[in-house]
Amino acid sequence: MTATATRPARPPRVRPTSSEQGRRRRSPVVFVADHALLVALAVMFLAPFVFVLLTAVMSPQQAGTAFAWPTSWHWENFAEVFHKLPMLKYFGNSFLYAGLATAFMLVSSVPAAYALARIQFRGSRLILLAIIGAMLLPPQVTSVPLYVMWSKAGLTGSLWPLILPNLLGDAFSIFLLRQFFLTIPREYTEAARIDGCGEVRTLLRVVLPMARPGIAATSIFLFFASWNDYYGPLLYTSENESAWPVSYALAQFRGARSVDWNLTMAATLIAMVPVVVVFLAAQRSFVRGVTLTGVKG
Amino acid sequence: MASAIRRRRTVTAYLFCTPALLGMLVFFVFPLVMTVYYSFTSFDLSNAPRWNDFANWKFLFGQDPLIGKAALNTLWFVAILVPVRIAGAMLVAWALTRARRASGALRTVYYLPALVPPVASTIAFVFLLNPATGPVNRLLAAFGIHGPGWFTDPAWAKPALVLLGLWVLGDIMVIFLAALLDVPTEQYEAAELDGANGVQRFWYITLPNMAPVLVFALITGIIAALQYFTEPAVASATAMGKSSVGAGTSTLLGWPDESTLTYGQLLYSKAFGANLFGYASAMAVVLFVVAGLATAVLLRRFRSLTPEVAS
Repeated sequence: MTATATRPARPPRVRPTSSEQGRRRRSPVVFVADHALLVALAVMFLAPFVFVLLTAVMSPQQAGTAFAWPTSWHWENFAEVFHKLPMLKYFGNSFLYAGLATAFMLVSSVPAAYALARIQFRGSRLILLAIIGAMLLPPQVTSVPLYVMWSKAGLTGSLWPLILPNLLGDAFSIFLLRQFFLTIPREYTEAARIDGCGEVRTLLRVVLPMARPGIAATSIFLFFASWNDYYGPLLYTSENESAWPVSYALAQFRGARSVDWNLTMAATLIAMVPVVVVFLAAQRSFVRGVTLTGVKG
Repeated sequence: MASAIRRRRTVTAYLFCTPALLGMLVFFVFPLVMTVYYSFTSFDLSNAPRWNDFANWKFLFGQDPLIGKAALNTLWFVAILVPVRIAGAMLVAWALTRARRASGALRTVYYLPALVPPVASTIAFVFLLNPATGPVNRLLAAFGIHGPGWFTDPAWAKPALVLLGLWVLGDIMVIFLAALLDVPTEQYEAAELDGANGVQRFWYITLPNMAPVLVFALITGIIAALQYFTEPAVASATAMGKSSVGAGTSTLLGWPDESTLTYGQLLYSKAFGANLFGYASAMAVVLFVVAGLATAVLLRRFRSLTPEVAS
């Protein structure tokens, strides 16, 4: 991690890495070996994308045969996916699910996370423990009663059973937001209090502006989790195709609709685009978020 | 005066937490209680649950022909997939700390697969590992190796899922990388002065410093493996050319030969495929107990090392 690092996602920490600092310069042999390994790893991580892309632009005949370099390039396959399948509908559903879930989560979870991070009150430890418990709970444990509940409410067959609960907080988001709020120096919130700010004002005027990267990261997390979710849509929308999000619809291409491999691969790539774009745009705060989930308390 | 302020603060705090507390009640506590209740009933969703004593439990612990297989497969993923991913993530993170050029770009490349929707990455891997036509076996053939049947071979379907798990190890890798960079340099210098070799430095300095993150990765990894669902379900459906995930026909489950049938898939198909909601609830209670015990044991065992994780 030298200064030459391109756009480090962590705040540019130029401190040489632990194991190497202060040591004599490494020999050229070690340098070459290290970087050969790094390049080999990069090739391995990128290769699947390349193979998928190459298949996506093949002719249907070639895509069904042994893999080889495309004999002709059919970029129109990507458009074909949109013609053959109601992709726009699927995308709309995905955006509805991920977008609303994220918006609802923010409204309900930010205040709770702030209270848990910055207000000392009786019962806060217990609440935090319960939230960690809910966060670790496998979703299959509560699937049956929740399904019964939502079917009584007449909402099965739609994405609402996956969106609405976020109005009442999302355990993982609360936990992650709290981790972010804890990194804000106490002096700021104390100073706001001494200046006569109530908790609401402290949260809105002091904490929120400072925690913007954290809030962005948490939002992206939930957005991705909802965008990528398969189990939830399988549970609640499988019987109603008009409610399918991309992640669920994609799983139906090959089998039920016997779509050719080239179009399946094109659709697979199309489904990846939004997450990759959001990630590249918000890489900094996102990677910081991933890091905070596991490290600091 | 001071206590009045404190009281007001407590009231505010609880107001802030109200939605979350309600959420816990409605989506966590209540369903848990109901799951336990349903587990003692016969319940098909169209009729009200009917109490049937321990019938579900007896079936679960002795008669269900599939549950042993599903439990063993799931434990296989806990025992193999989780440690392999952690070791792989550790290796990649370590390699990244050695980068002198383009480390930011490399990290992005290594991390990118972790973002891909699991359905998409699974379908991609079924294609890549297609035994006859896929690029991987074609590549192996170029070296004179006859590649295995991967997702179509009961012996290779689970290892194929491990390969997929390795491709998407970026999520743990970034956490490990941050932890590696946080290890105090002085400790390495002191160890080096004392003549410690690379292995010793890793064992006595790197590992203890990384303990909290490792425990975090272990706990979340085990919980994820216990509920492993999307990848095996999509893989077997795609590989066999059907997509009726969880439609209930048991021939579909965990294809080939139930080799990828996980506990979560069986639970899902019992409930939403076979309409055995009471029985599925009994399975859910077992899953809850196992996941809870695993977390508690790990946290207790490593408590001294992990004040952060236990927070």
